[in-house]
Amino acid sequence: MSSQDIPEEKLPAEPGAAHGAVRAADEENPFADPGLPPHEHRIQDIDERAAKRSERTVALLFTVSMLATLGFIASYVWIPNDKSVYIFPLGHISAMNFALGLTLGVALFCIGAGAVHWARTLMSDAELADERHPIEASPEVRAKVHADFKQGAKESAIGRRPLIRNTLLGALTLVPFSGLFLLRDLGSLPHEKLRHTMWAKGKRLVNMNTNQPLRPEDITTGSLTFAKPDGLEEEGNEEYQTEIAKAALMIVRLQPDNIKDKRELEWSHQGIVAYSKICTHVGCPISLYEQQTHHVLCPCHQSTFDLSDGARVIFGPAGHALPQLRIGVDSEGYLQALGDFEEPVGPAFWERG
Amino acid sequence: MSTTASNPTRSRGKAPAGEKLADWADGRLGIYSLAKANMRKIFPDHWSFMLGEVCLYSFLIIILTGVYLTLFFHPSMNEVVYHGSYVPLQGQLMSEAFNSTLHISFEVRGGLLIRQIHHWAALVFLAGMFVHMMRVFFTGAFRKPREVNWLFGFLLFVLGMFTGFTGYSLPDDLLSGTGVRFMEGAILSVPIIGTYISFFLFGGEFPGHDFVARFYSIHILLLPGIMLGLVVGHLILVFYHKHTQFAGPGKTNNNVVGMPLLPVYMAKAGGFFFLVFGAIAAIAAIAQINPIWAIGPYRPDQVSTGAQPDWYMGMAEGLIRAMPGWEINFWGHTLVLGVFIPLVLFGVVLIAIALYPFIEAWVTGDKREHHILDRPRNAPTRTAFGAAWIAWYFVLLVGGGNDLWATHFHLSINAITWFVRIAFFVVPVLTFIVTKRICLSLQRRDRDKVLHGRESGIIKRLPHGEFIEVHEPLSQEQLYTLTAHHQYEPVEIGPTVDENGVERKVKGTEKLRAKLSRAYYGEGNQIAKPTVEEYKEITSGHGHH
Repeated sequence: MSSQDIPEEKLPAEPGAAHGAVRAADEENPFADPGLPPHEHRIQDIDERAAKRSERTVALLFTVSMLATLGFIASYVWIPNDKSVYIFPLGHISAMNFALGLTLGVALFCIGAGAVHWARTLMSDAELADERHPIEASPEVRAKVHADFKQGAKESAIGRRPLIRNTLLGALTLVPFSGLFLLRDLGSLPHEKLRHTMWAKGKRLVNMNTNQPLRPEDITTGSLTFAKPDGLEEEGNEEYQTEIAKAALMIVRLQPDNIKDKRELEWSHQGIVAYSKICTHVGCPISLYEQQTHHVLCPCHQSTFDLSDGARVIFGPAGHALPQLRIGVDSEGYLQALGDFEEPVGPAFWERG
Repeated sequence: MSTTASNPTRSRGKAPAGEKLADWADGRLGIYSLAKANMRKIFPDHWSFMLGEVCLYSFLIIILTGVYLTLFFHPSMNEVVYHGSYVPLQGQLMSEAFNSTLHISFEVRGGLLIRQIHHWAALVFLAGMFVHMMRVFFTGAFRKPREVNWLFGFLLFVLGMFTGFTGYSLPDDLLSGTGVRFMEGAILSVPIIGTYISFFLFGGEFPGHDFVARFYSIHILLLPGIMLGLVVGHLILVFYHKHTQFAGPGKTNNNVVGMPLLPVYMAKAGGFFFLVFGAIAAIAAIAQINPIWAIGPYRPDQVSTGAQPDWYMGMAEGLIRAMPGWEINFWGHTLVLGVFIPLVLFGVVLIAIALYPFIEAWVTGDKREHHILDRPRNAPTRTAFGAAWIAWYFVLLVGGGNDLWATHFHLSINAITWFVRIAFFVVPVLTFIVTKRICLSLQRRDRDKVLHGRESGIIKRLPHGEFIEVHEPLSQEQLYTLTAHHQYEPVEIGPTVDENGVERKVKGTEKLRAKLSRAYYGEGNQIAKPTVEEYKEITSGHGHH
C-alpha cells in the first residue's frame, strides 16, 4: 500500500493549524477563522422577570407531570379493563389503554419538556471550547509499548519453544468443536422428510372447513375448496401443524376440455384437479383464485399459477409449478388420493433435484 | 497518593452527605478522575446530533418494556384451547405463546399499552438508526478516527433488524408465522447446507415445536446482550473521540465548541429521554399496532392478504418479490437462484455499508483525524452514492408492498413488479447523477456568495439607466464557514517509466484507485472553492456587480 500513499504536499493543509484564535478581522486573509463570536445574552439573562417566567413554566410542566401520574394511577384503579370508548377519529378503542397511555405520555413528556426548557432558558448558554488531543499515542509511548510487548513475548519464550506454541494452537483450535457437536441435536436430519406428505393411496380428501369427506359433486365449478387428508385431526395432535404445512390441498373443478396439460387431465377426476396449496416460492399458502382464468395467486409474493395448464408459473418469483395430487374416487364414491405427491411440495431446496 | 486522613484540605466531619458519599466512592472506584474528564465535557449543538439519542432512548425503552413483557409471556408452542375474555377466539386452538399474548393484551391491565410501547419503540429504534446512519454518512462523520464506531453502529442496525424480526415472530400469530415461513423458505434456498440449517433451527420440519422458545432466547438474551455491549462501546467511543462539529467561527479540527455535560446536556439529553418516552407512550395510546387478536393464531395452511413485514424488513421483501423465479436443476440438485440471489444481495448491500468508510479512506489516502463535518454538497460523489442508495431502498420498499400499491391505487400488480425490476437498476443511477449535479450547483452558489456577496434584494438604478441588484459582502464568519472545507486533488498514478527508462508495472488496484479518485475529486466532480486572491481581486479591483 505504501507505494500508493499520497505525498504529504498533495493533501490540503492541516485543518485548523493555520488558524489560531484570530479575533480581529484579518486584512491579509479574509477567509481566516475569526474565532468564537461574542456571547449574546438571552432575555432571561438580562430580565429577572423573564427568568421568573421561565422558572414558573418549568415548575408548571413538572406539576402537570405529577398530576398526570396521579391520573395514570386513577385510570388503572377505576377504569374497567374491558371498557371501550368512542374517540374521534380513532373509533372504538380500549378506554384503559387510551387513558393509561395518554397519562403516562403526558407525565413523561412534561418532565422532558420542563428539563429542556430549564436548560435552554435558565442554564448558562455560553459556548465553551475543549481542546482535542490526537487519538494516537506519542512516538515515545508507542516505542515503549512495542518494547514492552517484545519483552513480554521474549520472557514467555513462545518464539523459542515452538512445541508449546504449536500444541497450544492445536488445543485452542480443537476445543470449539465440542461446542459444534453439542449443536447437533438441535434438530433431526432432513433425510426424505421434505419429499413425503401424509397423502397416500386410498386417503380420502376431507373438506378443511366441514371436516367431511368430499364427493365429486361437492366440488362446483368456479369455487376453490381446501382439503386435508383423512385422519389428520387438529385437536390433540402434536404433529398437526407440521403435517398440514405439507399436506394442505386446494381443489377446483375445470371443464375437462379446458385442461391444457395432458398429465393434469390424466391425474384429474371428471375435471376435478387437486394441487398443493403451499407455494413453491417460499411456502405461503395460496388462497386467491380467479374463476375465469383459472389462475391462483399467492398473496405473499404474488406468484401466479395457471391451474388449467399444470399449475405452471405465469408470473412472480416462484421457480416451478405447484405439485399435483393424483385423485380418483373410492368404492363409496368419495374423492381419494391415488398416491403421495410425486415431487416435494413447498419451497425448493438444494437436495430437491 | 495521600490518604484522606493526612490531607488537610479534606475535613471529614463537616462535609455534606453527598460529598462524603462521593469521597467514599472515589476511594474505591476512582470516580473523581472519571468525572474530571467527563463531568464538564463539551458537546456541540446541532439538531442532527439528536438522532443518535433517539436510538439510545428507544433502545432503553425497549429493554424496560421488554422485561415487563417477559413476566407474562409464555414462550411455548404447546397447544391450548382459548378461554380468555376475547369472545371471538374462545374455544380456538392456539399455541401458549399466542394465548399468553392475548392474556397480556386483554387481562393484564396496561399490558396492551406496554406491548404497544415495546413495538412502537422498536420501530422508532430502527427508523432512528436508519436516519442517524444517514446523518453520519452524509456529513462524513465516519472518517478517521471514527471508522470503528461506524462498524459498531452498523452492527447495531443489523442486529436491531433481526431482534425486531425474532420479536414480532414470538406471538405466533398468523402474520408473523407467515414471516417465519418466508424465512424458512429463504434458508432452504441456501445451497448445500440450507436444508440442514432449517432443520436445526426449527428442531426438525417446519414449524415444529421449538422455534418460539428458540427465538425467545435469541430475542431477549442473545441479540440484546450483544447490542447492549455494542451500545456501551459506541457511547464510550463517542466520549473518547469527542463529538464532531460543523465548521464555523472558532470551531477547528483541534477543539470542540459547545456546552458542558453538567448541567446543560444533563438536562437536555436527560430531558430528551423523557420526551421520546412520552411521545412513544402517547403513540401507543392512540395508534394500535400488531392487533394479533384480529389476525388469529398461526396455521401453516392459512394466510391473509396484504401480508407485510415490519417496515425495516421491506427492503428484503422487495428483493424477494421483484426477483424472477430462476431455478437451476443439475445432477440431482436444485439451485434456487430466485430466492438465493435476493438473500445474497441483502448481505452484499449490508457489507458495502459496513466497508464504505474504509473504501473512501483508501481512495483519499488521507490518514489524518477528521473532527469537522462535511456539508453534504462539499462531498458530491459521496452524497450522490448515499442518495442513490436511499432511492434504491425506496424502490425496494415499493416492491415489498406491491400488493398494497396495487389495491390502494388500482394498479396492475404485474406492472408494479415490472416497474420495480427496471427501477432497481435505473433509479439509483438517475438519482446519483441528479444528486451530484445538485451538489455541484450548490457549491457554485457558495462560491458565488463568497466572491460576490449575498443578494440584498435592493435594486439600484445607475446614472445611465442600468438596473443592478446590490450584493452585500459576507461577514468574515460567513466567509470562513463557506471556505473552511478541504478539497482533495485526485490521485495520479505517476510516471510509469523510471529515470533509467525501465517501465514500472502499474498494479490494477493502483489504476482503480486513481480512477475512483478522479470520480470523487477530479475535474467536473467538485467546484474549486474561491481563493483569497480571487476574492481580493474581485472586491478591490472592480467593485460589486
